Amino acid sequence: MAELQLKDLYDGFRNPEVIQGFAKLINEESKKLSRPINIMEVCGGHTHSIMKFGLPQLLPDNINFVHGPGCPVCIMPKERIDHAYILAELDDTILVTLGDMIKVPGSRGSLQDARAKGADVRFVYSPLDTLKIAQENPDKKVIFFAIGFETTTPMTTSLIDIVLKRGIKNIYFHINHVTVPEVMVELIDSRDEHVDSYNNRIDAFLGPSHVSVITGSKIYEKFPRDYGRPVVVAGFEPVDVMEAILMIVRQFNERRCELEVEYKRLVSYEGNLKAQALINHYFEKASLFKWRGLGNVSDSGYKLRPEFADINAEKIYADILPREEIEDHKLCICGDILRGMAKPNECTIFGTTCKPNTPLGSCMVSSEGACAAYYKYGNILQG
Amino acid sequence: MCLSIPSKVVELDLERNVAIVDTMGVKREAGLELMEEGDVKIGDYVLLHIGFIMNKIDEEDALESLKVYNEILEKLDEEERRQLVEEDDNCPNRGA
Repeated sequence: MAELQLKDLYDGFRNPEVIQGFAKLINEESKKLSRPINIMEVCGGHTHSIMKFGLPQLLPDNINFVHGPGCPVCIMPKERIDHAYILAELDDTILVTLGDMIKVPGSRGSLQDARAKGADVRFVYSPLDTLKIAQENPDKKVIFFAIGFETTTPMTTSLIDIVLKRGIKNIYFHINHVTVPEVMVELIDSRDEHVDSYNNRIDAFLGPSHVSVITGSKIYEKFPRDYGRPVVVAGFEPVDVMEAILMIVRQFNERRCELEVEYKRLVSYEGNLKAQALINHYFEKASLFKWRGLGNVSDSGYKLRPEFADINAEKIYADILPREEIEDHKLCICGDILRGMAKPNECTIFGTTCKPNTPLGSCMVSSEGACAAYYKYGNILQG
Repeated sequence: MCLSIPSKVVELDLERNVAIVDTMGVKREAGLELMEEGDVKIGDYVLLHIGFIMNKIDEEDALESLKVYNEILEKLDEEERRQLVEEDDNCPNRGA
């Protein structure tokens, strides 16, 4: 077996010749399809790489991508972003969060606006950076505003573990982690309800890459079993995506409906058990989480267990954190786009009032959302 | 948001529970909190995400995938060559 080089892990899975090779095989295989199939890529990371490498142009007309909810940042409801804004404005606090949260607008503006008005907001690369911030500001209450799918959740619980074990007194947590399987069920159900033609049904899922490294592929078992939808867990690189599409098309042609893993070099059936144990130790599922654009999805978010209330900023500051829901911009149709009942260019404010630097709906906020993808690559898609 | 980076472990600092990894020439620290004791060794390929090692990359699987891709290319090249030869055989003005 040849020695694996680090660069092979990049170039090998972006090799244009191999992408073309898979495109040929997919085109052959898709001729046997009895009808068009819609493949939903749940994770915005896939939406990003699908658009970046122009994969839709390589695929035949009877294979469509249906964009998923994008990423855990853009689905954050305004009221929770307002929580971050309010917590940041307090004069004895420092709000710490991951960089993706910078421009997401709440009803009072984004965290960038809060910082511009003097609030102490720090955008970090890793949750571990919070430790240094807290050490350097002993008189401040440092609040870590935790975001992300299962990919990022164990990193937050590692930080909690360190904070409690070292007895650090000035770090608190506002938990906004969300999970994937529940929203996949919601998207299937809501689209099946509105299915008038094949064009908005979800026929198969491209399973997220790094969520699955943590959770294992086991969390998707119910989709082929109970919903008749195959799932192929794929890596982010274009070769991974194309190989996974071929696997999906072959399943349809061979009348199979299974859970498969294309991203074998990193995803196992069980996943990272240590990370899962750490999550379950500190977190439990909240009864529901409101996804911006989609609405309430039960059991799709985490919260700190009651025994850790003394580091739970949502409990400590409950009296100043508003509870009532804030609706999205009335002309925004992100909910319909996520439900496959509309395309971004059918939205009246798409590309005019709602643009990447002035995003109003969840699908435009994240660079991986459907509207952001259409805005950036729209002319190519029509072409 | 979920984009993570394949890297190679070049050093281990077990006291601070940290590995030093090389990501295409950039050296950085990565926390080992999510990995079992003694699981990560120098020379391992790992997946890095927001300052933590999420998992080890299975080298055999990676090499296996790359081998399969090469086989696909070779098969497609052969087919292309066969098609070219065929087209050449039925070329109307052949022997003209």
